Amino acid sequence: MAGTGKAHLHGEGQALLSVEDLLVEFPVGRTGLKVNAVTGISFDVLPGETLGLVGESGCGKSTTGKAIMQLPRPNGGSIRFEGQELTSLAGEGMRMLRTNIQMIFQDPISSLNPRRKVTNIVMEPLNIWGIGTPEERLKKVNEVLEAVGIDPDRAASSKPYQFSGGQCQRISIARALVLDPKMIICDEPVSALDVSVQAQVLNLLEDLKAKFGLTLVFIAHDLAVVKNISDRVAVMYLGKMCEVARSDDLYARPAHPYTQVLLNSIPVPDPTVKITGNQRVQGEIPSPVMPPSGCRFRTRCPIAQDRCAAEEPELQALGNDQYVACHFPLRSAN
Amino acid sequence: MTSAMHRPQDGTLLELRDVRTHFSTARGIVRAVDGVSFTLERGKALGIVGESGSGKTILARSIMGLLPKRGTIRQGEVLYAGDDLAKLDLKGMRKFWGQEMSMIFQDPMTSLNPLMKIGNQIGEPLRVHLGMDKENARATALKLLQDVKIPEPEKRLDQYPHELSGGMRQRAMIAIALACGPTLLFADEPTTALDVTVQAQILDLIQEQRRDRNMSVILVTHDLGVVAGHTDEIAVMYAGTLAEKATTAELFANMKHPYTEALLRSIPKLDQPSHTRLMAIGGRPPDLITPPTGCRFAPRCPYATEKCRTEIPVLESISAEHSFACWNPVGSSHWQSKQDELASNAGLASAGGQA
Ligand SMILES: Nc1ncnc2c1ncn2[C@@H]1O[C@H](COP(=O)(O)OP(=O)(O)OP(=O)(O)O)[C@@H](O)[C@H]1O
Ligand SMILES: Nc1ncnc2c1ncn2[C@@H]1O[C@H](COP(=O)(O)OP(=O)(O)O)[C@@H](O)[C@H]1O
Ligand code: SF4
Ligand code: SF4
Ligand SMILES: [Mg+2]
Ligand SMILES: [Mg+2]
Repeated sequence: MAGTGKAHLHGEGQALLSVEDLLVEFPVGRTGLKVNAVTGISFDVLPGETLGLVGESGCGKSTTGKAIMQLPRPNGGSIRFEGQELTSLAGEGMRMLRTNIQMIFQDPISSLNPRRKVTNIVMEPLNIWGIGTPEERLKKVNEVLEAVGIDPDRAASSKPYQFSGGQCQRISIARALVLDPKMIICDEPVSALDVSVQAQVLNLLEDLKAKFGLTLVFIAHDLAVVKNISDRVAVMYLGKMCEVARSDDLYARPAHPYTQVLLNSIPVPDPTVKITGNQRVQGEIPSPVMPPSGCRFRTRCPIAQDRCAAEEPELQALGNDQYVACHFPLRSAN
Repeated sequence: MTSAMHRPQDGTLLELRDVRTHFSTARGIVRAVDGVSFTLERGKALGIVGESGSGKTILARSIMGLLPKRGTIRQGEVLYAGDDLAKLDLKGMRKFWGQEMSMIFQDPMTSLNPLMKIGNQIGEPLRVHLGMDKENARATALKLLQDVKIPEPEKRLDQYPHELSGGMRQRAMIAIALACGPTLLFADEPTTALDVTVQAQILDLIQEQRRDRNMSVILVTHDLGVVAGHTDEIAVMYAGTLAEKATTAELFANMKHPYTEALLRSIPKLDQPSHTRLMAIGGRPPDLITPPTGCRFAPRCPYATEKCRTEIPVLESISAEHSFACWNPVGSSHWQSKQDELASNAGLASAGGQA
């Protein structure tokens, strides 16, 4: 199968999580057609690293995050965590996965059970996995609530609707932390928040990462947010990988035309910066049911040529840990 | 009401004089908008910026007369091309909706009718307000869909909202809002629910339509980045009042209010190295039933002094294009000494961290 390449993967044993040739498809009703949500992407995450996943709505970011959690089990490819293959896990192995990797979601309020007290919501994973005595559980819950800046007393007597959006996101983070995971997959955790609360939550994630030695996968569509929190960033488009690079390099020297237009879309809080419409990506993302041949970005790419329709580009190394999947990258090897 | 044919091309379109909108609730009086005054010229775009709950939406709705009937207490004047809209009832306001002013909402899915084809939704105001026949309305709807650059516009006429992507739905919403050629367009967080790429396209589109049609636009958002490139003037709102108002260029070049400064500092910027610590504003905006005495921002302001906690700063102009309400504005001696103190504390903290 024409994949998008693996030149960017680290050597065996270095990564905490390695995803290879990930394939996720969804049937379209009974038409026999399928949504090509994620088509053969590969990436890895080093221990202690924050990897950002960016791209437009529908490009497969959440699908990728959920596939790591085996929700649902992907249609193809390999996902290894600490060397162990996750796609064939069952029983005790699933327990290992469900405690070691946690996920938090975009909509903080609806992802919390509205009828339960916050303390119980945060404790639930401990109950499910039967970890600790009731006293130990409460102690752990209060510890993580403190760590995310929620008053344990208030949590014991209040339900989610009594907290603001930003506080609910803190509560989701506390619930993710309570099992002492090694990795947290954050799916658009700040997209629904005000700029001021967004800054509080981003700072909190940085602090918790240091305090608990976490590894993060951070999914978002705003490259400025992703750049701020990530060490490396992977840019996705329509189920494919476009570019992988260190955050600072991706901004300073984008190599993929899609990365460039994504950067040009970010609202800059400086009125002297003028970006015109034609520097931005135009049109709509094509249907993942019938994605374009060759390079999937070609229908919107400002520099597409004939070759782009005929041949799918593979990720190639530019040096300095930067990789791009484009026949005509904006810059050549370092 | 001035008819569209005799509409002047410039001059003041809208003037607010001490507008207050309070809600009487079981918990007490919510002072959602508490004394806002400003003017807006024809053809200009004004951004209203502030955190969630600062009163932006209620201010926009107070101008449009889209407020709940029960428990709403209104004061002040909303002068629109000479008429005081605050005095009008629902029936009086109806004459202004559509042809004079219209609104684009944050979530197109909840404001579009899910059971009605896009073409009919755009055509309806044309038939109701402009008395067009069915055929004419459909042709105009198609033209509007082309104006808002929806892909395959003919096809969209006969589709339902759920068949469109989020960006296309927002374009359809804009087409409806533009249908009767409004003089003033409100956009309340029009892009908050959208992707950055689509957001940029939609903001560009609103700007382009404003220029083509010589409309005034009021753009409501929590993100200073969104208004920077798409407005002529900005009003920063906090806890129901205006903290600062200036032309966009002046505000960014010479911001005076600590709240404006804090909003700007909290945004992650592309030109900062990754892992740059963000300057979050601690705490949350106050409860508008019992707002703080003195300056409403004082409990969260790093530069607050005793005076701030007791005396309300009034909005004062430093030039024709800039006013703000603060006792210790950015650049003042107290602000400067606090900056130095904060910087040296940060220095100590990081030195301590390394030891
Ligand atoms: N359960 C499902 N059934 C059918 N199609 C699905 C399903 N889940 C996702 N998809 C489709 O797969 C593609 C990728 O979806 P995904 O949710 O991963 O996108 P995303 O990048 O997270 O987008 P967003 O930024 O909107 O969250 C989309 O076309 C989506 O409509
Ligand atoms: N119908 C209402 N009754 C009581 N309070 C209200 C009502 N509508 C809005 N509010 C309150 O008024 C304040 C300002 O709201 P809003 O204008 O929606 O804020 P923003 O748009 O800036 O986020 C908030 O505290 C909100 O809870
Ligand atoms: S491969 Fe071709 S179409 Fe794809 S991004 Fe590169 S230049 Fe554009
Ligand atoms: S008046 Fe005082 S508290 Fe209010 S913003 Fe100015 S310095 Fe801060
Ligand atoms: Mg998603
Ligand atoms: Mg609002």
